[in-house]
Amino acid sequence: MFSVQRFVAMLVKEFVQMRRDRLTFAMMIGVPLMQLVLFGYAINMDPKGLPAAVVSADSSAFSRSLVRALENTGYFRIVATPASVAEADHLLQMGRVQFVLQIPEDFSRRLQRGEQAVALVDADATDPAATSNALAALNQVALTGLDHDLTGPLARPAGAAPPLELRVHRRYNPEAITEYNIVPGLMGVVLTMTMVLMTSVAMTRERERGTMENLLATPVRPLEVMAGKIVPYVIVGYVQVAVILLAARYLFAVPMVGSLWLLTSVLVIYILSLLAIGFTFSTLAKNQMQAMQMTMFFFLPSILLSGFMFPFRGMPGWAQVLGEAIPLTHFLRIVRGILLKGSGLGEIWPSLWPLGLIFLVVSALALKRYQRTLD
Amino acid sequence: MSAAPSRAPAERDAPAEYAVDVEDLTKRFGDRTVVDHVTLRIRPGTIFGFLGPNGSGKTTTIRMICGLLTPDGGRGRVLGFDVLRESARIKREVGYMTQRFSLYEDLSIEENLDFIARMYALPDRARRVPEAIASLGLAERRRQLAGELSGGWKQRLALAACLIHEPRLLLLDEPTAGVDPAARRDFWDHIHDLAHRGITVLVSTHYMDEAERCHELAYIASGKLLAQGTLREVIDQAALTTWELEGDDLMAVAGRLRGRPGVDMVAAFGNALHVSGTDRHALEASIHDVVRGSPVRAREVPPGLEDVFIHLMRGLDRPAHAA
Repeated sequence: MFSVQRFVAMLVKEFVQMRRDRLTFAMMIGVPLMQLVLFGYAINMDPKGLPAAVVSADSSAFSRSLVRALENTGYFRIVATPASVAEADHLLQMGRVQFVLQIPEDFSRRLQRGEQAVALVDADATDPAATSNALAALNQVALTGLDHDLTGPLARPAGAAPPLELRVHRRYNPEAITEYNIVPGLMGVVLTMTMVLMTSVAMTRERERGTMENLLATPVRPLEVMAGKIVPYVIVGYVQVAVILLAARYLFAVPMVGSLWLLTSVLVIYILSLLAIGFTFSTLAKNQMQAMQMTMFFFLPSILLSGFMFPFRGMPGWAQVLGEAIPLTHFLRIVRGILLKGSGLGEIWPSLWPLGLIFLVVSALALKRYQRTLD
Repeated sequence: MSAAPSRAPAERDAPAEYAVDVEDLTKRFGDRTVVDHVTLRIRPGTIFGFLGPNGSGKTTTIRMICGLLTPDGGRGRVLGFDVLRESARIKREVGYMTQRFSLYEDLSIEENLDFIARMYALPDRARRVPEAIASLGLAERRRQLAGELSGGWKQRLALAACLIHEPRLLLLDEPTAGVDPAARRDFWDHIHDLAHRGITVLVSTHYMDEAERCHELAYIASGKLLAQGTLREVIDQAALTTWELEGDDLMAVAGRLRGRPGVDMVAAFGNALHVSGTDRHALEASIHDVVRGSPVRAREVPPGLEDVFIHLMRGLDRPAHAA
C-alpha cells in the first residue's frame, strides 16, 4: 500500500536536506541562470565587427569606397592598415585580425577602364563558423559596393559582369572543414573536464574519508601534497592528449602544420593550470558531490565562452573579458595556432603568458586555502 | 614574557621535565570557545587519560598539541618544542591516532604502512615496515586491503602506523571506540608496555575502566579543565560522599530524594541507586529521612570515578542555571 504519510515524510526530508546543502541549492538556481545569461546574451552565432586589416596599394576614391562598403556590412571592422602584405600576414597569423583585404595597384585603373577590378580577401578560416557569414556578405559588396562611384560614364550596362571581384582566400582551413577546428579544440575541452574533476575529487575524497587528518598529522608539507596529487594527473592528461592527437591524425585527418613538440611542451602549462583550479575547488568543497558541482559550474562557461562552440569574437565585451580568464580560451588559440596555422612560440606567446598567469594565481590561492583546511 | 615559568635556566637544556607542558590553550571556532584556557602537564612515560563528554573539546585539544590546529591563545612546549611555532618539529616526534580510521581503505596493510613511513622520511623503511607488520602478526595478510579489516584489526593497524616513526609522544583519540573487550584489553597491555619503554601516552576515552588504567587523568567539559591528577586525587578533590541504596521500588525513592538538601545527584547503577553530594551531613540526613521505615538498605560507599565525573558535569551546569 502506498502510504501518503510516508511519501510526504520522504518528500519533506529531501527538501530539508536540499536546503541544508547550500551549495547544491545555489547550483540548482545558479546553473540555469548562468545558462540563460550565457546562451541568451553572450552567444552569437552571427559574429559581427570582426577585425580586419587593409593593405592598399591604390589610394583612390574607389578603394576608399570598397573599405566603406565592407564596414557597412557590419561584419568587418578595420583595425589596421599595415604597409606591407607581410605585415598583414603576421597580424593574421597572430590572430589579431580575422581578415586582410588587399587592394592592388591597378584597382582604380581597371575600374575606370570598365574592366573588372580584383581585390584579395584573406580570411582566417580556422573556425569556419566565425567567418562564413562575413564571407557571404562579400558577395553583396562585390555586386553593389561600388554602385555610387560607378555612375554616369562609368556605369556598367545591365547584365554585364560585376565590376568587382573579391577573391577569397580561406587560409589555414581552405575547405572550411569544421572538424579541423573542433578536434584540436576538443583536446582542450576533454582536459578541462577530466583534469579539474579528477583533482577536485581526489582531494575532497581525502577529507570525506577522514584520511586528510592523518595526512596533516605527518610532517608532509602543503606543496608536497599538492605536487604529489597533481603530477599523476599530468600524466593522465598527456595520455588523453596522445589519444586525441592520434584520432585527429588518423580518423579526422586534421592537418598538423606546426611543431608537435611545441604543443607538447606548452600543454603542461595548460594542464597545470587546470589541475590548480581543481585543487582549489577541492579545498572549497565539503564533499565529492560539491566538488563535482563546482567542476560543472566551471565547465559550462569554459565551453560556451572560450570560443570552442561559438565564435569568441561574436560575444559582447563583458563575455569576452570573462572568456579571457578561462584557460580553455587561451589554449584553443594555442592549439589551433600550432596545428592549423603552424604558429611558433613567438606567435602563441600572447596566449601562453595568460595561461601561466592563471596557473600562478590559482596555485597561490590553492596553497593558501589548503593550509587552512583544518583550522 | 613577564609570567615566565619559574624553571631554572639550566634545566632548559636538560631533558624536558614534561613531555607536554601547555598553558591556557584556547581555541575558538567562530564565536564558540571550544577549548578554554586548558593547562596540561604530562610527565614522560605517563599514560594520561583525557576524559569528558562528547563535544567537550578533547579532540580539539589533542589536535592543538600535535600541531594540527593553531591555538588562538596560550603557550607551551610539547617534547620541548614550542607548540605555536615548532609544529613541524612536533609532528615528527608525535604519533597521532585519529578517532576515525584514517588510513587508506583502498590500500593494503603494507602499502599504508609504507606510505606513512615515507611521509616521515624514514631512512630504514625497508626494515621498519616488515617489522611493524610482523609485530601486528599480519605477515601473511599484508596484501589485504585495510578497508576489509575488522574494527579491532583496523585499530591495531592504526596504532602500528602511528608508532612506525618511533614517536616519543602518542596521542590516541578514543582509540577503543567500537572495539570488543578482548581487543581492548590487548590494546591497553600494549599501551602500558609502550609507557614502560618511556613513551608518553595521552589517551582520550569514555570508558571508566580505561580511565582507571591510566596513571593520571584530566576531565574536561565544555572546553574547561575541571579536574586533573591521579585517580585517587581526582576522586578526593571532588570531596564527594556517595551512598548506595538497595531495595524495592528504588525509582520512587529516587523521586523523593531529588531536590532534598545535600542531594546533588541520584543515579541508577544496576539494581542499586547512587546518591551523592558534597555536603556530607545534609546528605546523610536527607537519606535517613527518606529511607526511614522502608525496607530500603542504605550504606555509604567510596565514590567511583563515574560518580565524580557526573558530579563535575553537573557542577559546570549549575552556575549557568543560576545566572
